[in-house]
Amino acid sequence: MIQIRDIHGGIHPPENKLQSLGEPIRPAGIPAQLILPLSQHIGAPAAPVVSVGDRVLKGQKIAEAKGFVSAPVHAPTSGTVVAIEPRVIPHPSGMSAPCIIINSDGQDEWVNHQGISDYTAVDKNTLISTIREAGIAGMGGAGFPSAVKLSGGQDKPIQTLILNGTECEPYITADDILMRERAGQIIAGAEILRHLIEPQETLIGIEDNKPEAIAAMRAAAEGTGIEIVSFPTKYPSGGEKQLIQILTGKEVPSGGLPSDVGIVCQNIGTAQAIYRAVNHGEPLISRVTTVTGNACGSPRNYEVLLGTPVQYLLDQSAFNASDCIRLIMGGPMMGYTLQDTAVPVVKTTNCILAPTVEELPPPPPAQACIRCGMCAEVCPVSLLPQQMYWFSRAQEHDKLEEHNLFDCIECGACSYACPSHIPLVQYYRASKAEIRQAQQDKIKAERSKERFEARQARIEREAAEKEAKRKARLEAAKARQAEAVKGDSKQDIIQAAIARSQAKKSGDADPAQAAIARAQAARNGTAVEETREEKQQRLEKLLASTTKRLAAAQEKLAQAEGNNDDNIAAFRTAVEKTSAKLAATQKELDELKSSTDGAAPTDDPAAAAIARAQAKRSGQAPAESEQEKTQRITAQIASTEKRLAAAQDKLATAKANGDDKADAFATAVTKTQEKLDALRAELAAITPTTATPATPVEDDPAAQAIARAMAARAESAGMSEREKAEKNIASLQARVEKTAAKLRAAQESGDDNAEILATSLDKMRDKLTAAEQALAALREEEN
Amino acid sequence: MAFLKLSSPHAHGPMSTPRVMRLVLLATLPGIVSLTWFFGFGTLVNILWASLFALAFEALALKLRRRPLAFYLSDCSALVTAFLLAIALPPAAPVWLIAVGIGFAILICKHMYGGMGYNPFNPAMAAYVLLLISFPVDMTNWLAPRGAISVAELPGPIDALLRSLGAASTQFDAVTMATPLDLLKQNDALLLDDLWAQSPQFGQFAGLGWEWANVGFLLGGLYLLYRRVFTWHAPVSMLASLTVIAALFYDGGSSASGGSPLFHLLSGATMFGAFFIVTDPVTSAVSNRGRVFYGAVIGILVYTIRSWGNYPDAVAFAVLLMNFAAPFIDHYTQPRTYGHKPRQNREKS
Repeated sequence: MIQIRDIHGGIHPPENKLQSLGEPIRPAGIPAQLILPLSQHIGAPAAPVVSVGDRVLKGQKIAEAKGFVSAPVHAPTSGTVVAIEPRVIPHPSGMSAPCIIINSDGQDEWVNHQGISDYTAVDKNTLISTIREAGIAGMGGAGFPSAVKLSGGQDKPIQTLILNGTECEPYITADDILMRERAGQIIAGAEILRHLIEPQETLIGIEDNKPEAIAAMRAAAEGTGIEIVSFPTKYPSGGEKQLIQILTGKEVPSGGLPSDVGIVCQNIGTAQAIYRAVNHGEPLISRVTTVTGNACGSPRNYEVLLGTPVQYLLDQSAFNASDCIRLIMGGPMMGYTLQDTAVPVVKTTNCILAPTVEELPPPPPAQACIRCGMCAEVCPVSLLPQQMYWFSRAQEHDKLEEHNLFDCIECGACSYACPSHIPLVQYYRASKAEIRQAQQDKIKAERSKERFEARQARIEREAAEKEAKRKARLEAAKARQAEAVKGDSKQDIIQAAIARSQAKKSGDADPAQAAIARAQAARNGTAVEETREEKQQRLEKLLASTTKRLAAAQEKLAQAEGNNDDNIAAFRTAVEKTSAKLAATQKELDELKSSTDGAAPTDDPAAAAIARAQAKRSGQAPAESEQEKTQRITAQIASTEKRLAAAQDKLATAKANGDDKADAFATAVTKTQEKLDALRAELAAITPTTATPATPVEDDPAAQAIARAMAARAESAGMSEREKAEKNIASLQARVEKTAAKLRAAQESGDDNAEILATSLDKMRDKLTAAEQALAALREEEN
Repeated sequence: MAFLKLSSPHAHGPMSTPRVMRLVLLATLPGIVSLTWFFGFGTLVNILWASLFALAFEALALKLRRRPLAFYLSDCSALVTAFLLAIALPPAAPVWLIAVGIGFAILICKHMYGGMGYNPFNPAMAAYVLLLISFPVDMTNWLAPRGAISVAELPGPIDALLRSLGAASTQFDAVTMATPLDLLKQNDALLLDDLWAQSPQFGQFAGLGWEWANVGFLLGGLYLLYRRVFTWHAPVSMLASLTVIAALFYDGGSSASGGSPLFHLLSGATMFGAFFIVTDPVTSAVSNRGRVFYGAVIGILVYTIRSWGNYPDAVAFAVLLMNFAAPFIDHYTQPRTYGHKPRQNREKS
């Protein structure tokens, strides 16, 4: 004989089991419509494998398991799938979830099915997958997929297999009557489980208030080695952890599983379902459910097809709605109230309890906790509910965890015993949810902190790299220039010649110094002219791009204002800044233009020639303006591309973060892309006209003059450091264009490299700007 | 069809807080009967006044705190406080003394801390100590018991009422005597047997009258234990530790003896304290293990204060001291939860 241990605490509520035991199990029949939730078990919901309009047969799989911890769903009778849609499911919250709705055709036509005649001859994995495919999930109430329990324990040796026939909750008699009527099937199921697990001992625990069930089971288990253990009735002996303690004296470690102490525990109903699945090939499509309570005229147990609406059962049980103010699925201790009688019976529904008001009156208002400790006396896991209540009210989560809140099995014994009628379990549920939420929030906050820090570090690193490169380039340019001044013999010769020729005219004290000064002065005109021209071009480019940016910024601002976005202020500042910049650029450009017009240097013959030629050509405006236009458009394309890259970057970040602004960013990207396309089209329209004039230019006398003048100037200047820099700039520009083209192609094909290209383009542009700056610096130095 | 949306459990046990309070009140009856038998109607008059004041002050506090009167008054907790203080006070105590005590207990000790369930100190004991320190003469004015004086000298209902109101009755002249605990404390010359023989206040095992009052409260306490109003841990450990320490210092009855264990168990407020004060759930330790410690230390403190302290009224002081210590005890006596290792091991790992 097995030595029975006692559990701590426990209560003895009125059992109320006799009412529903007067009649044998009766099939509840086939309702017109069955509602089958995709999630009737713990784990991932099943995925439908039928569509609306399909005819399904009894036992046909209509939804398959998704993932390891999941269970398939089968059609409980033949009929037509009429909908796959959210319906109210059995859940404490009264929430809706996806269900497959079947209109039965009344023929109850079975799908082709076949049992395994000798399961010992079959591979164990095949057997487990048979159980899994039958959709069997713990029928005692939790609904944990049974196959997972069987396959999970293979790496840990299992000494004890326990079948739970305790049924400690008041009112419920589904297991009791199943053991009385189908003990043989339960024992057969237990034999299959024994074959799979190979435990040293198999125990079936039954409370001593079910003498008939005990007798039936003992008779059925005769000679099998399965031991039927009866023990004193006490709630909640039927909790898995409590039953393990009663039968073996072992305790499942906190946060652990029974298999950690070498035990697998299954409900007797589950064992019977496993027998039906293995020996007859029948999936889990029905179960025994108790319909009881004083508001039911004829309480009894039914064999119910899964998916049967509760109302259908109540109708058969002479339900008196006017007497009943709460309808409970499950027992009076751990069941939950239903709001809607349309909810279906699922794999875990062991009882529908319809009590009268007198039977289970609404709770009176709670009185103050006097720490009487009656709750601690009855707690089956030796918690201090009265302390946890105070901590829960004060939201002291640390203290709650210190008092092992998460070991609470929510059996409700403390609330039952509380003389002040405090809904203790409700407090613990709320606190558990709060703590879980806080943990989630903490993880989330840490992740976003990491992300932010990584981004910040990247930006800083990039800025530092840029700065370092810029400095290095500046240094290099300076060094080169210094070397050029010292070592470039050609320049020296030229300078010397200039100096000599000038020295003749002037009568300065230091002839060399004066010569340099004069030579520089002479060149100054060219240099200044050159800079001015380029500066004007640059300024015009800048003006165009700034105007564009302003327009874009204004658009964004408008959008933000429309959406009542938080970023309005930022956008407004951007608009203000851009328009200020625009004004400044315009002003600079105007000044430049006026100074060029007014004080064009005339002493340089080359420059004068250019100026003259340009003046001449300005008469033939179209050619000139076309070239300018090309330049402008190219510049615009460049800036638009830059903006596009930035916008895409933003969009990607926003999408990754699930930001609300992702839509706005997407619009911005589309708009920018459109603009870019328009610009490119414009450029393409111009390019042929500008490309072909390469030869006609020679016919153009003005252009020829420019060319000549340039050539002359080039000759006069020789290959200076500046020209090298200019060459460098030209090659850089070419590269920038090439990269831009690549980027476009990449963006159009949605290539992953687009981002890298965009970055390299930006870098190249930075280089170009730096080169231009260096050139300007060179010029200044030369001047 | 609208059904109630309620969280489990849906069933509820028969016990309720007002019922617990009424059971406590009921359980004081044997003690009250014996006190009345031995000391006249003074105790009943105390209870009458205390109950009236307690209900009045409770109603005042609830009104000030804007709480529903009927709901909170019906929990009977104010009456329990009233009964406990009234029993502890000398019979037929002055009405103003009772008013001050009850006012302090209900207004300061209970409602200023947040009402029922929030008070860190036992209101009745805190009020008793306040009165003892502030009005020592009135608080030590114990009437002589039946047996030490003639029955005619015991106060009847009218006498007791008049005496409590400070009006002298023509027929009744109250005889007060030192309590047995006082006598024992002040004795330093006589062997215990001689002291017993010389003083009319001593009875069979302890003080005359006192021993039966203690037996009465013991009976009431056993009844509450039977009704599972509280667990055995705190009272039993208190009585056990008091017995042990009294046995240690009982030297067979010399002039320096502290008195026999039985004397201590049946003297003063021992049984009243063990079953009606130490078991106050609000102010005691919460776990059973904690309550064993809590009760045991109270037992030791009771003997210590009785034998070597200034006041012989040891239970009130001992309880108040341990009320301070209760949260500390709770911290170290949290029970081992299912599936957890014993505390020491858990801390090491």
